[in-house]
Amino acid sequence: MDFLKRLFGSGNEGSRGKAKDRLKIVLIHDRTDISPQLLDSLRSEIIGVLTKYMDIDTQKIEIDLDHDEHEVALVANVPVLRIKRGKVDVDKE
Amino acid sequence: MARVIVTTSGKGGVGKTTSTANIAAALARFGKKVVAVDADVGLRNLDVIMGLENRVVYNFIDVIEKVCKLNQALVKDKRVPGLYLLPAAQTRTKDAVTPDQMVALCEELKPEFDFILLDCPAGIEGGFKNAAAGADEALVVTTPEIPSVRDADRIIGMLESMGKSPIRLIINRLRPNMVQDGDMLAKDDILDVLSIDLIGVVPEDENVIRSTNNGEPMTMSLDSPAAQAYLNIAERLLGRDVPLMDLESYATRGFLSKIKKFFKGKKK
Repeated sequence: MDFLKRLFGSGNEGSRGKAKDRLKIVLIHDRTDISPQLLDSLRSEIIGVLTKYMDIDTQKIEIDLDHDEHEVALVANVPVLRIKRGKVDVDKE
Repeated sequence: MARVIVTTSGKGGVGKTTSTANIAAALARFGKKVVAVDADVGLRNLDVIMGLENRVVYNFIDVIEKVCKLNQALVKDKRVPGLYLLPAAQTRTKDAVTPDQMVALCEELKPEFDFILLDCPAGIEGGFKNAAAGADEALVVTTPEIPSVRDADRIIGMLESMGKSPIRLIINRLRPNMVQDGDMLAKDDILDVLSIDLIGVVPEDENVIRSTNNGEPMTMSLDSPAAQAYLNIAERLLGRDVPLMDLESYATRGFLSKIKKFFKGKKK
């Protein structure tokens, strides 16, 4: 089998597949690369929205892009102190 | 009014200048009036690739600084009617120009030509931004290798945010034999990850080196695979529906060489 594969070149045993996989992963990371300034402004806007609805512990907020090998996620860990019930009720009326 | 197209890549050495020269010559052969502008200030090479280096007197920085008139800086190619070169300054740096000045230069050229091709320097800094500023459309050149495709992705993102459209891809130096042997990224592998329109695939071709040595773009005279690929790209720029070349047929020619390779591999 190996003999035939090498002679007719079925095309999968070379470095092409590896190149494609590596390229995909590099691009996932490149495309989601974020500057500290952008992350800061994202953080302050998120805090702005959240504080309309709840009291949060702004000192303990963690917001970051979490890279694993195949995907990137925005992970936010926000300690909530109290929901502002009044505010939500006002919006419902 | 001319269409202004920037040829760019991010990574150096992938064939921007060769592509610019060959597409410019091809468009001129199809009867268009074309100027190829070398936007690589300080590292000019388009003049050499086009074989016009001995006829350069002024450059486009001289035009911007009003040392000479635009017509004095344009070098007319005597081999193909309608083909002109606007050279870069060799003894200046990229900060000698601003994006606004590039835009003004292109506006001055526009009424005189059908096509303005801007040959962009490598990189994503000032030189790239200057060249791209003047353009409406873009051609992004990549080779089938990870570093080059990665840089192309970066450049495509920047061109998109600058509002260039259409942005189309040239895959350069593809080796059909290696693709068939599973040792090179194929056209579709690259299109999968970059997701932009393809305008042509140029196969690896020794004639590129010969034509650079001779100072004559391949599309002026040669009958070679790369010349054909560039002629096709020029036709597609003109809106004609030209099918992609059958590069597989170059590869299948290598069946005998595959047998040779098989026995060579066995000896190891």
